[in-house]
Amino acid sequence: MSDQNLYERYHRQIILPELGEEGQQKLFFAKVLVIGAGGLGCPALQYLTAAGIGTIGIVDDDTVALNNLHRQVLYSVNDIGLSKAERATHILQQLNPDIKIISYNERLENQNALMLFEEFDILIDGTDNFSTRYMINDACVLLNKPLVYGAISQFEGQVSVFGNRNDEDVNYRDIFPDPPKDGEVLNCAEAGVLGVLPGIIGTMMANETIKLITGIGEPLINQLFTYNALNNQVYQLNLSARKETRSLIPKDGRAFLQMDYVWLCASPVQQSEIGSDIFNDMISNGNVDVIDVREPHEMPAVNEFKHLKIPLAQLSDNSSLIKSGNIIAFCQSGKRSLQAAKILSGIFGDTKNVYSLRGGIVQWKQDRAKQPV
Amino acid sequence: MSVKIILFGKLAEIAGGAVSVENVADTDSLINTLHKDYPEFAQTKYLIAVDKQVIKENTVLNKKSTVALLPPFSGG
Repeated sequence: MSDQNLYERYHRQIILPELGEEGQQKLFFAKVLVIGAGGLGCPALQYLTAAGIGTIGIVDDDTVALNNLHRQVLYSVNDIGLSKAERATHILQQLNPDIKIISYNERLENQNALMLFEEFDILIDGTDNFSTRYMINDACVLLNKPLVYGAISQFEGQVSVFGNRNDEDVNYRDIFPDPPKDGEVLNCAEAGVLGVLPGIIGTMMANETIKLITGIGEPLINQLFTYNALNNQVYQLNLSARKETRSLIPKDGRAFLQMDYVWLCASPVQQSEIGSDIFNDMISNGNVDVIDVREPHEMPAVNEFKHLKIPLAQLSDNSSLIKSGNIIAFCQSGKRSLQAAKILSGIFGDTKNVYSLRGGIVQWKQDRAKQPV
Repeated sequence: MSVKIILFGKLAEIAGGAVSVENVADTDSLINTLHKDYPEFAQTKYLIAVDKQVIKENTVLNKKSTVALLPPFSGG
């Protein structure tokens, strides 16, 4: 297409003084990956394509179903049973033949996430499950790539931008450090969703992306925007980064590959918690590494049994110190040790049994005081 | 003293209407009271914001405070 036609196509946004030809150039040189071509992905893709983003990637391994059509407005009945990534690419390319659209008809997993994300400047999370969301978040933190986040349930939506430029930028784990377990939060298939809601939220995600690329306005960095479609209530929360968050995220690409995100979201935590009695039995049986994950100065001191001292924040860096096939983490109250158990299970997978001492060392000392001598 | 409470998602569904809690000095006591009144809250993950600022630890409340409780959503 000629330059004149390009100018004509984007004329109405080029004449915005904030955007201008320079902004349009930035959009043309931008590379955006949309993860999930579903309820949120479809509207985001339509507006990003129309706006003239130069390179758009679409990753989704799902196929179009009849019950998608009330909200995934890119598709028609003729697309049922076909790959979403491929159909979306075909349809969007007709809307704007001058941009490059790449379809990845594959499942996003640890093995392909980092390499794929490297190719793009900005990632858009339009997925529909927690394990993928946490994986995308962690990958973007590792790669320092901005992530545009949106999520919906029934009549309500959330939008945020995780800048990932430095430690002050909030990421998803600063808001919700650990994923809810399977079944704790219902997805759209279980709880339902009003079709127009992802249209609104997905369009906002496209808007945030365009703002990030062109540098205009104020993207939702360190902010969580919420919208209720029933009463039009908008509520915007200020977020701040947590020091502990970094310890939940794999420290490098190798640790990332070893993370089991499906396990993180599926396995009931209670199974890995043990009480004082089992704890004592395991210690007397031997073949167990007990780890104090508290900070060095924390009281009460423990001299009743042998243990390693690795504070929670340093755990993933020092996992090589752990030799035994059984690990029990403990802390003051049993909360941090649960996080530690999750981190260690993520690192070691099925190769080691990881437990957390329920109620922490305080409870253990109380139980011990009650024991007859 | 009663603070304003805004609930989102599943929490609003569990509560089934406006929620008010009297005589709470800080967020810990507010959460304790809510968990007693609505035991299902305790089984749900959510963030706590006081006057639109997400908090990480127990925070003193005054009579003008608005507390928002917001669970994660997975849908897309």
